[in-house]
Amino acid sequence: MNASYDIAAVAVVVLLTLGIGSYGLRLARTTSDFLVASRTVSPLWNASAISGEYLSAASFLGIAGLVFAYGADMLWYPVGFVAGYLVLLLLVAAPLRRSGAYTVPDFAEARLGSPAVRRLASLLVVAIGWLYLVPQLQGAGITLRAATGAPVEVGAVLVAVVVSVNVAGGGMRSATFVQAFQYWLKLTAITVPALFLLLVWQGQGAPDLTGPGAPVFRQSTSVELDSPVVVDVRTPVTVDGDGGPRRLEAGRQELAPGTLVFPAGAEVPHVSRIDASSGSSWASPLSGAGGIEHPLYATYALVLATFLGTMGLPHVLVRFYTNPDGRTARRTTLVVLGLLGAFYLVPTVYGALGRLYAPELLLTGRTDTVVLALPSAMIGGVGGALLEALLVAGAFAAFLSTSSGLLVSTAGVLVQDVLRGTVRDFRRAAVAAAALPLLIALLASSLPIGQVVGLAFAMAASTFCPLLVLGIWWRRLTPPGAAAGLVVGGGLSAVAVLATLAGLADRGWPAALLAQPAAWTVPAAFAVMVGVSLATPSRVPADVGRTMLLLHAPESLGLHRPP
Amino acid sequence: MKDEPPRRVAVTSPRTRAVRRPPGRQTLRALHEQDVVGELLIRSLMRAQLLLGLRIALVFGSLLGGLPLLFALVPAARDTQVLGLDLPWLLLGLLVYPALVAGGWLYVRLAERNERDFVDLVERP
Repeated sequence: MNASYDIAAVAVVVLLTLGIGSYGLRLARTTSDFLVASRTVSPLWNASAISGEYLSAASFLGIAGLVFAYGADMLWYPVGFVAGYLVLLLLVAAPLRRSGAYTVPDFAEARLGSPAVRRLASLLVVAIGWLYLVPQLQGAGITLRAATGAPVEVGAVLVAVVVSVNVAGGGMRSATFVQAFQYWLKLTAITVPALFLLLVWQGQGAPDLTGPGAPVFRQSTSVELDSPVVVDVRTPVTVDGDGGPRRLEAGRQELAPGTLVFPAGAEVPHVSRIDASSGSSWASPLSGAGGIEHPLYATYALVLATFLGTMGLPHVLVRFYTNPDGRTARRTTLVVLGLLGAFYLVPTVYGALGRLYAPELLLTGRTDTVVLALPSAMIGGVGGALLEALLVAGAFAAFLSTSSGLLVSTAGVLVQDVLRGTVRDFRRAAVAAAALPLLIALLASSLPIGQVVGLAFAMAASTFCPLLVLGIWWRRLTPPGAAAGLVVGGGLSAVAVLATLAGLADRGWPAALLAQPAAWTVPAAFAVMVGVSLATPSRVPADVGRTMLLLHAPESLGLHRPP
Repeated sequence: MKDEPPRRVAVTSPRTRAVRRPPGRQTLRALHEQDVVGELLIRSLMRAQLLLGLRIALVFGSLLGGLPLLFALVPAARDTQVLGLDLPWLLLGLLVYPALVAGGWLYVRLAERNERDFVDLVERP
């Protein structure tokens, strides 16, 4: 019964997305329709669309999952996701809009006049887009599994197919209002259940979250395992299994698939990836709760990645083009700050309540589904099932909107710059752009969604942040400098990303440096870009004065009009 | 593709002879042709906007960036209770968001003022 509501919710969101997409296609047939229509869009509407596209699986599921498992230090993820827009507003928003660039490669070419830098930027757009797409598809897989028990592949394939059909049909491109609608859907879907859950928690006398003990099963709990799990048992416990009672001794154990019933009050054995930590250590920053290595370094590296990475995300930049001028671009960004801030107040609530009401996820390791697990755990019945369906709908809205935005940007760049000559057709590029991330999502080990998205931010911060900031404010940037910086920043962060995805280092400084690379890759990229530019002064573009004038002068002077 | 902004109309007394020359023509031409004056003008606007952006970034950078250091150096700050919440949760879970919006609002106001000043300067007769 539970699953039928969830399936209905997924079906409604998918059909709405496809339906509005094809409707929007009929409304706007050409790029110029899209652009002209966008000029009548108010900052609030436009900001809703930007926020709708931005709030991804990482925001809807990932943050709660990270807070649930690793505690207070993870609060920096949502803070960084919003603060990134403040940095974008302060340094990039208006000049980037005035540059008239639609993507970072466009900006690189307009500013530096170098096809080589353009192609390099295009490769990076595709790499970052793919890295960001993988966790969206994985999120869809685990959501559908949590809701209906379907294998993870089903959800991932479903979202990949829906999105590539939609993008190949041109649907999402034209529909600012689909994305705007998605924002308000996601805000409602995450806020309404949270209010009910908080009421239930209050009604039970607000049980303490920050006690001295590790999470326990509050009542006798039956845990279903559909694949083997390696867990660390700290306190021996007798569980009821398929083959009668069984004692779990302290130490590392492999649990076979099947059902285990834990008695009330038993401490939760944690999956080997997450260290068990007391409530007080979980609630305290820099405690290394959950097994975070070198938490102070990790925090600063995460701050750097998210604050500076937002401006370089492929699907963020494209949306800025729909602002009529630089001044509106600023005002829109300001509204985005407000809309995102309102959303990010909520996911933390799920992460915290999960410690009390869904601790079995620390055993199965499926921490990213804590958002979805709480309504049935805390409320149950039809009410819980309806709230869960609402959350599933919001989660699918998140996967679909972010994936569409990413796919449009990546496929566009693939057609234009990377596969020039081999693939001319946007439709085929859209399918190709979805196929590889789908393959990775199906094969790769399942890192937490939020962490993989964090890696995409780190890569954007190490490449496009220096390119945009120096390109907009520093006249002496040269094409060789930009290219060298992109190669170094992109290369170093790619190495770190691949090493983390492959699980090469899981303890000590190597793990910390590779899992949060921005603290060393961003300074390296800036240094190389500035250094090589200073060493090649003869390559400063001749028209840099004119470009700077257009980037910074207000449109009202009429300088931007073609002569 | 761009919409034409409404044509600018000079509303002046017909007795003043100076209005024959549309205001700001020369400065605007200086910008267009990027002579020394135009170059100086746009550089001054860029400097003003960059300083404004960096100042606000610095304020937020030191406030937000100082928090992990504060928690590292003053362990008591990690679990001080304020308004029923641990201080880190109150700051990072709640208060930081209105603060970021306020910073953005201040920037938008001041950046638009810089641009208005620039336009006034260019269009001054």
